[in-house]
Amino acid sequence: MPELRNFTLNFGPQHPAAHGVLRMVLELDGEVVMRADPHIGLLHRATEKLAENKTWIQSLPYMDRLDYVSMMCNEHAYCMAIEKLLQIEVPIRAQYIRVMFDEITRILNHLLWVGCHGLDVGAMTMVLYAFREREDLVDAYEAVSGARMHAAYYRPGGVYRDLPDSLPQYEESKWKSAAQIKPFNEARSGSLLDFLDDFVARFPKLLDEYETLLTDNRIWKQRLVDVGIVSPERALQRGFSGPMLRGSGIAWDLRKKQPYEVYDRLDFDIPVGVTGDSYDRYLVRMEEMRQSNRLVKQCIDWLRQNPGPVMSDNHKVAPPDREAMKSNMEELIHHFKLCTEGIHVPEGEAYSAVEHPKGEFGIYLVSDGANKPYRLKIRAPGYVHLSAMDEMVRGHMLADVVTIIGSQDVVFGEIDR
Amino acid sequence: MSTTLEALCQNLQKHLGDRVKSKKVALGEVTIEVEAADYLAVMQTLRDEPELAFEELIDLCGVDYATYGNVHREGQRFAAVSHLLSISKNCRLRVRCFAPDDDFPSLPSVTSIWNSVNWFEREAFDLFGIVFPGHDDLRRILTDYGFVGHPFRKDFPISGYVEMRYDPEQQRVIYQPVTIEPREVTPRIVREATYGDVENA
Repeated sequence: MPELRNFTLNFGPQHPAAHGVLRMVLELDGEVVMRADPHIGLLHRATEKLAENKTWIQSLPYMDRLDYVSMMCNEHAYCMAIEKLLQIEVPIRAQYIRVMFDEITRILNHLLWVGCHGLDVGAMTMVLYAFREREDLVDAYEAVSGARMHAAYYRPGGVYRDLPDSLPQYEESKWKSAAQIKPFNEARSGSLLDFLDDFVARFPKLLDEYETLLTDNRIWKQRLVDVGIVSPERALQRGFSGPMLRGSGIAWDLRKKQPYEVYDRLDFDIPVGVTGDSYDRYLVRMEEMRQSNRLVKQCIDWLRQNPGPVMSDNHKVAPPDREAMKSNMEELIHHFKLCTEGIHVPEGEAYSAVEHPKGEFGIYLVSDGANKPYRLKIRAPGYVHLSAMDEMVRGHMLADVVTIIGSQDVVFGEIDR
Repeated sequence: MSTTLEALCQNLQKHLGDRVKSKKVALGEVTIEVEAADYLAVMQTLRDEPELAFEELIDLCGVDYATYGNVHREGQRFAAVSHLLSISKNCRLRVRCFAPDDDFPSLPSVTSIWNSVNWFEREAFDLFGIVFPGHDDLRRILTDYGFVGHPFRKDFPISGYVEMRYDPEQQRVIYQPVTIEPREVTPRIVREATYGDVENA
């Protein structure tokens, strides 16, 4: 009888279901995965090393480029860590704006996730619908920061500027007549808050539509149910967080348990899974989108009622406004010092974490009192989740590997850093 | 200090005693420092003792303290800093452990206590060269295949030593010494203690 050997397969780094540049060496016995060895680092940019050589504010845009589908949440953790070291208060309006954009970001992330996960698993239509709604939300990003993705909107001490009163409009062109673009511009005729209000009113119904496509879909369930089961004990042992931990039945959410900004004033629920399989994680994320929608609505209502500053008035941290800078010597000096030397953060160390759409995203900062961080460590949730890949795929079929990568919601910007 | 932090400090004192080399409470966070010899036992206690119950290891990272404060620093250089989280007690703890030998930094691996540390230790090995005996798969993780050196050490230049390009003559990708000069736009400044102090200037 001939000797039988396991077959080794290179999955990625150029594979449409590898979600970026994941190279995975799979050892197969027939179609059953015996071992998976993820090779990462193909997108390593040494963000942490670069940050040691840049002033505190200069590394902020790098944060957008970590998890490039939930940009503002990354910035949030970074700003919170700096604010913790500086021990400064963020104006309440800025806190509400941050929470609102965090939740918008969560919807953005989960929409992209459900679209791409669907695409991987064979539900081709989802991605089209998901991107339709994403378009509105990236427009909100653009309205507030000028960039559709890499916003750099949160700053230590608050947010860069207040919400705009008007939005860019679609313009008449050779291809689209005035009558054709009119319905597109209707929701955009008011302020950003009106636009978002219109979105949150529409969104729950759209979510119902997605669920009719997927939740009871026989093929969807055949691909997801009982695939990649993680028990609560193993989830803790493997350091899971976010939807991965909640999918395994542990009710842990930083927004509830260690509330930051204004989450303790808002009303929302935490969905929890039962079996810890890919299908539960799908259900958890779908419900999270509904809860995020509720949160955005509450923030809109509050922001309408309560105008105020959005940036700290501590000019050792936040630059003064242009008008003051041009008419006042002291403000000019502050501006000059901030734009050349940058913020000086007191000596010490701080870890601050946010409930990122993918899990706990933490920033550990060590400062020696300089105008640059001494050490910045980014705790990316995807890194920990991917390290459990071997354990999760063992004994599954080759096709299930794709499902499990999808249900982990990995993005290589943050894993490779 | 809040009551949870106080309770945590008391429990640390009760169960770890003088195995804690130093303890610091700042910015609402507790940091303990332990000797490398006690490291493994302390970590085991932190997870298994029901009054502490740190079920999750959130993060472990290497830190190189060689140029801390812009001055040459005496004492040990490399440390592994872990962040622990207790889900049941809802509290966090930071544990720092310096590696005894600067030339060959080495700390026991805690993979058997928390499996999640596996890749974090690989990362600390890759970037700082801290070796973790007891780790069963200590390969490089983030840097290129065949990379030489530990890039996050403070004496490693930010532009690195080698660069990669396609050589049309040899028709393959080659490595060569870097051709760019590192440049610093804003210098690193640590202000003296009396900075801005008008009266004592």
